[in-house]
Amino acid sequence: MNLSLDKAFGVLPSAVLIKARRAELLASNLANVDTPNYKSRDFHFTEVLAEVEGMGNRMKLSTTHANHLTNEIDKSKALEPDLLYRIPAQPSLDGNTVDPQLERAAFAENTMHYQSTLEFLDRRVSSLRKALSKE
Amino acid sequence: MSDLFRIFNTSASALTAQSVRLNTVASNMANAATTASTPEDTYRAKHVLFQTVIDQEDPKGVAMPVRVAGIVDDKCEPIPTYEPNHPHANEEGYVFRPAINVVEEMANMMSASRSYEANVEVLTTARSLLQRTLQVGRS
Repeated sequence: MNLSLDKAFGVLPSAVLIKARRAELLASNLANVDTPNYKSRDFHFTEVLAEVEGMGNRMKLSTTHANHLTNEIDKSKALEPDLLYRIPAQPSLDGNTVDPQLERAAFAENTMHYQSTLEFLDRRVSSLRKALSKE
Repeated sequence: MSDLFRIFNTSASALTAQSVRLNTVASNMANAATTASTPEDTYRAKHVLFQTVIDQEDPKGVAMPVRVAGIVDDKCEPIPTYEPNHPHANEEGYVFRPAINVVEEMANMMSASRSYEANVEVLTTARSLLQRTLQVGRS
């Protein structure tokens, strides 16, 4: 039997990492809720996950020589997502675009997603353990 | 996982900034009724300036803590009132009081405490997420 841990865990580890990243970004937005000219930022989880997993919808360049350039993304770099700016629902005079209610909701949502992904990962680990243990 | 650790830094910076803001509000409110003989000696309301900090170690990263860039004096001129019997009255009988709007200060205080609470919440959530993460594969 050929057991690959990477395959066994699937997208879960990358999903956890991206969600941790998003949690940090949303925490930064909330920390800067009163900073003048601060622009609230966020990124698309699914797009970043697709990039990390190499399933992005960008076309691959065909290479016939080792020195040819590729447009393949470095997995470690893909975890630095393209940050987008949130469109404010209401303009504010000091140029700050953080909507605390929205950010809190997004943070709570992201927390739930993080916990559920962690739960899946946990189950996967325990089922692997069960498979490996003698009994 | 280091991202979740950085939340502590980011949120703690916000807590510090908001508590400095709360401090200046307290100072303004406490000194709202002070009097002086000259406009120069009169207490001036203080305001904090917030600024975002880009993490030097991780300039492309998403950690954006906040810091207090400075505390500045309010530009409003002190209000002179004619009270010749006041111990602080000058030769013309005028006493100067700071132009502090208590309602404005109260609103500022509420805003600061709401932001503080939001950041405390983020901190507690991040802590429980980390604890949960450390327990993966235990059971």
